[in-house]
Amino acid sequence: MNMLTDAAIENALDKTPAREAVKMRGSDVRVFYGEKQALFDVNLDIGENQVTALIGPSGCGKSTFLRCLNRMNDTIDICRVTGDITLDGEDIYNPRIDVVELRARVGMVFQKPNPFPKSIYENVAYGPRIHGLASAKNDMDAIVETSLQKAGLFNEVKDRLHEPGTGLSGGQQQRLCIARAIAVSPEVILMDEPCSALDPIATAKVEELIDELRENYTIVIVTHSMQQAARVSQRTAMFHLGNLVEVGPTDKMFTNPEDKRTQDYITGRFG
Amino acid sequence: MGEHTVTSFDEDLAQIDRLIRDMGDLAGVMTQDATRALLKSDNALAQRVISDDTIMDAKQRDLDEKAITLIGKRQPMAQDLRAVVGGIRMASDLERIGDLAKNIAKRVGAVGESATPRSLTHSIDAMAQMVLVQVKSVVERYVEREADALTKLRDEDEKIDVHYTSVFRELLTYMMEDPRNITACTHLLFCAKNLERIGDHVTNIAENAYYVLTGEQLPVQRPKLDETQMMTSAG
Amino acid sequence: MSENTLTTPKPFDWSSPEAAAMRKRRYAADRRLRLYGLASIVTAIGLLGILITSLIITGHTAFVQTHVAVEFTADPENVPADDPASGNFRAVVATAVQKLFPEADSPAELRVASGILSNGTPNIVRDYVTANPGLVGQTFTLKVPASDPYDQLNKGVIDRDLPEDRRRVSDTEIALFETLEARGLVTTPFNWGLFVNSDSRFPELAGLAGAIAGSFYALLVCFVISFPLGIAAAIYLEEFAPRNRWTDLVEVNINNLAAVPSIVFGLLGLAVFIQIFGLPRSAPLVGGLVLSLMTLPTMIIVTRAALKSIPPSIREAALGIGASKHEVILHHVLPLAIPGILTGTIIGLAQALGETAPLLLIGMNAFLTSPPGGIMDPATALPTQIFIWADSPERGFVSRTSAAILVLLGFLIFMNAFAIFLRQRFERRW
Repeated sequence: MNMLTDAAIENALDKTPAREAVKMRGSDVRVFYGEKQALFDVNLDIGENQVTALIGPSGCGKSTFLRCLNRMNDTIDICRVTGDITLDGEDIYNPRIDVVELRARVGMVFQKPNPFPKSIYENVAYGPRIHGLASAKNDMDAIVETSLQKAGLFNEVKDRLHEPGTGLSGGQQQRLCIARAIAVSPEVILMDEPCSALDPIATAKVEELIDELRENYTIVIVTHSMQQAARVSQRTAMFHLGNLVEVGPTDKMFTNPEDKRTQDYITGRFG
Repeated sequence: MGEHTVTSFDEDLAQIDRLIRDMGDLAGVMTQDATRALLKSDNALAQRVISDDTIMDAKQRDLDEKAITLIGKRQPMAQDLRAVVGGIRMASDLERIGDLAKNIAKRVGAVGESATPRSLTHSIDAMAQMVLVQVKSVVERYVEREADALTKLRDEDEKIDVHYTSVFRELLTYMMEDPRNITACTHLLFCAKNLERIGDHVTNIAENAYYVLTGEQLPVQRPKLDETQMMTSAG
Repeated sequence: MSENTLTTPKPFDWSSPEAAAMRKRRYAADRRLRLYGLASIVTAIGLLGILITSLIITGHTAFVQTHVAVEFTADPENVPADDPASGNFRAVVATAVQKLFPEADSPAELRVASGILSNGTPNIVRDYVTANPGLVGQTFTLKVPASDPYDQLNKGVIDRDLPEDRRRVSDTEIALFETLEARGLVTTPFNWGLFVNSDSRFPELAGLAGAIAGSFYALLVCFVISFPLGIAAAIYLEEFAPRNRWTDLVEVNINNLAAVPSIVFGLLGLAVFIQIFGLPRSAPLVGGLVLSLMTLPTMIIVTRAALKSIPPSIREAALGIGASKHEVILHHVLPLAIPGILTGTIIGLAQALGETAPLLLIGMNAFLTSPPGGIMDPATALPTQIFIWADSPERGFVSRTSAAILVLLGFLIFMNAFAIFLRQRFERRW
C-alpha cells in the first residue's frame, strides 16, 4: 500500500504555513473613554506584509484599537490607553516616541474619502513636503507620480493633476487618500472601513489595490463587510464588546470559527 | 444554534436540510426495495425502484438549484456555508446511491431467469441488511447533528468491506463448484459490488456531514480492506 | 410571532371621508405655518420700509443744497495781491450783495439781503481766491450756498402760503429771494458739501467728512487689535485648551462679555485708557480701543464657530499623514475657516461702526470743524455726529440728521454685502 506521511500530503497541498514576522504587537491593550472602558486586555499581533482584518459589530472597539496603532486617539482628550503597543519592538506610547514620526510610519485611510480641498498634486505632495522628503521639484514630482501609480490612480488623473481632488469620484477620492498615505512611505497602513462609502466597482478597485500593496506594506483594515474581510485579509480578528474574541487565519475564520460569538456574527445570527 | 437575524435565511437553510432528509429516506427505501426485489425476484418492486430514481434525480437538481440560489443571495459564512456546500455534495452522493440501487434493480430479471438457488443469496442478504442500516442512519445522524456517531458510522463501512470480501469468496466458490451457477453468481457479484459502492457513498456522506457539523475534516486515511483484488491476482 | 398577530393593524380605508378630512386638516396646518412665516416677513420688511421711507422723506433734501450764483469782485483795495488770504472778504461779500440787489438801499434791507447767503460766504470766497490768486482785481461768479432758512424755503420745507407770523422767513425776505429766483441765479445741485465738509454751526455748510474719517480711524484701530487677538484666542480655545473648569469659565465669560451693554465699555475706556494711560480724549485711538473691547468677544465666538464647522475629517486626514498640530491648523483648518471668520469680522466691525454710547463717554462727540489728521487727533464718528446733529436746533439739521443716518446705513449695507461677497468668493467645498 502506498501510505503517504502527513507531511508529504501537506507538502503536496502546499499548505506549509508561511512564518511572517510580527510588525506590530498589542499586549494587554486597554482603552478608556473617561470612565467607560472601550477595550479589555487586547493581545493582537499584526504580521508583516499581511492584511489583518478587524471585524465585529458596531461599537465593539475595532476602530478604537485601529486608532491606537498610530495614536490617533491622542486627539481625544478623555481617551486613555494602557498596555503596550509596539512597532518593530518599540513601544509607541513611550513618551520619547515622536508622534509625528509614528504617524508618518503608520499611515491611515479613513472611512469617508477626505482629500484636502486642494489640487490632486498638492494632496499627495503635502505629506512629503511637511516631512521634508523631497527638496527639489523633480523629486516631488517623482514621489507624486509613483504614489499615484501605486494607488492605481495615475492614469486616470495624469492630465488633471492640478485640478481639485474633491472633484474626483468617491472611489477615486479614496484611492487618492491611499496615494496620499503611501506618499510618505509608511510601513503600516491603517484603513478604517475604506470602502463603506463606495460602490461595488470602486470597492473592487480598492480591494485589488490593497492586495497589491500587501507586498510592500503591512495593512490593518477595519471592515463591516464580512465578504471584504474574507477577500482581502490573511488574518482576521473578531472584536465583541471591547474584547478580542478570536483571531486566526482568515480562511479558517470564515469557514470554521471557534468562538460562538464569531460564528453568530459572521453568519448573521446576532441580536 | 441561534436564529438568523434574517428569518427567511433560516427557512432557506431548513429547506435544503429537508431535501437532504427526503433524499436520504428515499435512498434508504430504494436500497431496501432493490435488495428485496433481488432476493425475491420481484420484478414489480424492481420497476418501482427504477422509477423512484427519477424522483431522486429531480430532488437532487432541486437541491442544487436552491443551494446555488442561497449562496448567491445570502453569501453564507462558516457553518451555513459548510451546510450548503456539504448539502450539495451529500445530495450528489445520495443520488449516486439511488443510481446504484437502480442498477441492482435492473439485474433482478437476469438473476431470476437463471434460477438462482436461494442458498446463494444468504450472505448477500446479510450484507444488504448492513448497508441498509448505514444508509438509513447516516442521514438520521446528520439531521440529529451527532458528529461522533458519524465517525463510528464511517468506521462501520470497514465491516461492509470485509463482508463484501467474504461474499466475493463465497460466490467464487459456488462458481467453481458448479459452472451452471456462473451466470447467476456474476450478476450477484455485481449486486454485491453495488452494495459495497453504496457503503462507500455512505462513508462520503458521513465525512461530509462530519465536516458540516464540526468544520473539521476527518483524517484522510481510513482502513480500506478490499482484499478481493489481491485474491483475484493471487488466485 | 405572537406579538405580530396581536398588533396586526386593521385595514385602513385611505379613500374614506374621514381619511380625506384628516389629510385636509394636515394640509391646512401646512398652509397656516407658511402663512405665519410669510406674515412675519412682510411685517419685518414693512417696518424696515417705514423706517427707510421716513428717513428718505426727511433726509433726501439734505443731498441737494440751494446755491446762489453771485458776482464777486476781488477789489485789490480789499484783497492784497501778495497775500490774498489776509484780505477783507466780508467787504467783498458786502459789495457783491449790494450789486446783487441794486434796488436795495437802506442798510436794513441790505442786512436782510446779505442774510440770504450763507454765513460762511466770506470764507468760501477767501478760499477760492487764495486757490486762484490771479483773480485779484477780477470779477468772477461763484455759486455760494444759501443760508438755512432760504435753503428750506427753496426746497419747499417752508410753506410760502402760510401767514407771515407763522413762518421763519418774512414776506420781504421771500420777495428778495424770489427776485433771485426770477433772475435764474438760484440752483440746487447735488450737495457734495455733505461729504467733503466737516461739522459746522451752519447747517448749509455742515458735512460728514470729519465723522467719516473719525469712524474710519476708529474702525482701523479696532480691526488691527481685535482681528489678530480674536483669531489667536479662538484658536487657542478651540484647538489647544483642555476641556476643564477653567476653560469653561473662560468660555462663559466670553459669552457674557459679548452681552455687556456697550456703555459699560465706554466707562471702562474712560477710566482706563484716558485716566490711567493718559491717552487724549476724543481720539479715534481710544475709540478704536473701546470698540475692539466690544468686538473681541464677538470675534472670538465667530472664529470658534468657523473653526468648529470645519469637518473633523480634514483634521484627521492631516494628522493621519503625520502633520503636527500647528500644520493642521495653519495649513488646513484656518484657510477653510477664513471665509467664515472674515464674514464674522466684517459683521462685528459693522456693529462697531454703529456704536454710539461708548464713544460719547470718551468724548468723541466734540464739535470739530476739521477732519482728524490721524488716530491721535480729536474726532467724531458717524453715529456721534448723528447724535450731535439730532441735538441741534437749526431746521437744516433735521434733514441732515436723516441724511447722515442714510449714509451710515449705506456703509453698513456695503460692509455686509462685502461680507457676503467674501464668503462666496472664498468658500470651498470639501
